[in-house]
Amino acid sequence: MANVSGTLKSGTVAEQAGAAKPPIRLFRNMAAKLALTPMMATVIFVFIGCTLWTMFYSLTTSRVLPAADPLGKDFAGLSQYVRLFGDNRWQISVNNLIVYGLLTLVFVFVIGFLLAVFMDQKIRFENTFRTIFLYPFALSFVITGLVWQWMLNPAFGLQKSVRDLGWESFSFDWIANRRMVVYTLVIAGVWQMTGLVMALMLAGLRGVDDEIWKASRVDGIPKWRTYIQIVIPMMRPVFVTALVIVAAGIVRTYDLVVAMTGGGPGLSSQFPTIYIYEYMFVSNLSQGLAASTMLLITVAIIVVPWAYYEFGRRRTQ
Amino acid sequence: MSATAVDPARFREPSGPKPHRRFAPATIMVYSVLLVAAVYYLLPLYVMVVTSLKGLDEVRLGNIFAPPLEITFEPWVKAWTSACTGLYCEGLKVGFFNSVFITIPSVIVSIAVGSVSGYGLANWRFKGSDTFFTILLVGSFIPYQVMIYPLVILTTKLGIYSTLYAVIVVHTIFGMPILTLLFRNYFASLPVELFKAARVDGAGFWGIFFRIMMPMSLPIFSVAIILQVTGIWNDFLFGLVFAGLRNYPMTVQLNNIVNSIQGVREYNVNMAATLLTGLVPLVIYFVSGRLFVRGIAAGAVKG
Repeated sequence: MANVSGTLKSGTVAEQAGAAKPPIRLFRNMAAKLALTPMMATVIFVFIGCTLWTMFYSLTTSRVLPAADPLGKDFAGLSQYVRLFGDNRWQISVNNLIVYGLLTLVFVFVIGFLLAVFMDQKIRFENTFRTIFLYPFALSFVITGLVWQWMLNPAFGLQKSVRDLGWESFSFDWIANRRMVVYTLVIAGVWQMTGLVMALMLAGLRGVDDEIWKASRVDGIPKWRTYIQIVIPMMRPVFVTALVIVAAGIVRTYDLVVAMTGGGPGLSSQFPTIYIYEYMFVSNLSQGLAASTMLLITVAIIVVPWAYYEFGRRRTQ
Repeated sequence: MSATAVDPARFREPSGPKPHRRFAPATIMVYSVLLVAAVYYLLPLYVMVVTSLKGLDEVRLGNIFAPPLEITFEPWVKAWTSACTGLYCEGLKVGFFNSVFITIPSVIVSIAVGSVSGYGLANWRFKGSDTFFTILLVGSFIPYQVMIYPLVILTTKLGIYSTLYAVIVVHTIFGMPILTLLFRNYFASLPVELFKAARVDGAGFWGIFFRIMMPMSLPIFSVAIILQVTGIWNDFLFGLVFAGLRNYPMTVQLNNIVNSIQGVREYNVNMAATLLTGLVPLVIYFVSGRLFVRGIAAGAVKG
């Protein structure tokens, strides 16, 4: 529609000028183009430029500062990536991310969807329940991590409270246990993120046409089957969008781990983002850049197919 | 109208309130599940509040779920005025004011740029505006870690690295794509006729924006403000990297207070500090309600 108005305007200008000169395409809608310049410049220089810079310097031998001669003697090819994947600490980080990510995704989606279904049963106090389920999402990951660190503290937290009740042998010291510490992060992450999924799912459920519910009731189909066989397939776009958002968020998990476990005990709860920070600002810049490029590739694998699917669909409409 | 009284059809229809079994087993199940979930979600908040009101001895000896025997506000005072971050013992108030100074300009500038760009993308399409839209969408997912080091170099060259200005600039930059998308989608949903009518009447780019679009977009501006204030307030990484030791925002300072290794661990002060840091987003959340839900759904993509 803007094209129409654009030609309309240039038409009148051309008429006034006696159609002597055709309007220059570049200067049409000048104000609009000027107003979009800051945004465009940011996208080009920061988002594209900085990303390319990082990818390029991950191919060099930069230690503390960026290499002086990146195209010549300091060019290192993919050797930083080889070192990265040979690094035990990186392997621990990736493993932790996979375990944490998969468990968090499953719990967040199952609990989030079930809560949304229960909330959709025309219940009373719906607003109160929604407020309660969603408030953790308003809090930062730092706060989430610190609260759960305190709750799960073996000496003063949950474990002690249960022991005080008389169950002396009760043990819940996961946060201090190298093999279990990742699961405590899952508990905290699920607590923080379920509300978001619930809100997205609830909006999806509310979008389901009432006629479908009436039809399935007339046919005598039980409610749970209607959900599984009709409603969930109908909500596929909502599920896909929520999945992309949550998964991309999980890959970037950083402050939760820093606040809750600090990556410890030992290296047992290291995450790729912590690894990146440590290498980028402390020990080996180009290896940190290589690690962050891997992070980018992971997010791209999650996001690009989705964006393509969404965007492609919009075009055909 | 007297005919209605004898209309036989009325008597064939069921009348009176719909029969409703108030305590059907399914209803009980729904409410009990929701209640159990509500307890799980509220428990950490409860523990924070209770712990922050206890004396240190009571915290050490008692149960974390027990209400305080003796309510004391000393931990709150200490968290605000004199808690130690490892280097300084000036409390969270330093971080609070840093966060305020970071949040206000970044919110204003990023929303100004985002709203104008969103309006431009939605109503003044140009060659390549669809491509630009896709780049924005994908770009807002890029992990910050990927772009952070070049930005450190850039801000160092500009001479603002390790000041509050660097954090403001970075927040403004990274707030823009998501806000542009938010505003673009909103402006694209407004009726095109409005825009066309204003165009025919001779209004230009800015005229339409200030006199037609802005007055109509109060809700989306509120969503944007909520999204940005909570997002920037809750940020940790940018504050840690760009602010410098004396300028840490509240979240970084909080983490340093709680996780500093030296000295006695004062759990009650820690929890008071945690609550103080969470207060701003919590208040925004409880006041804004439904708008907040829209804001988080839009803002969840942020890197």
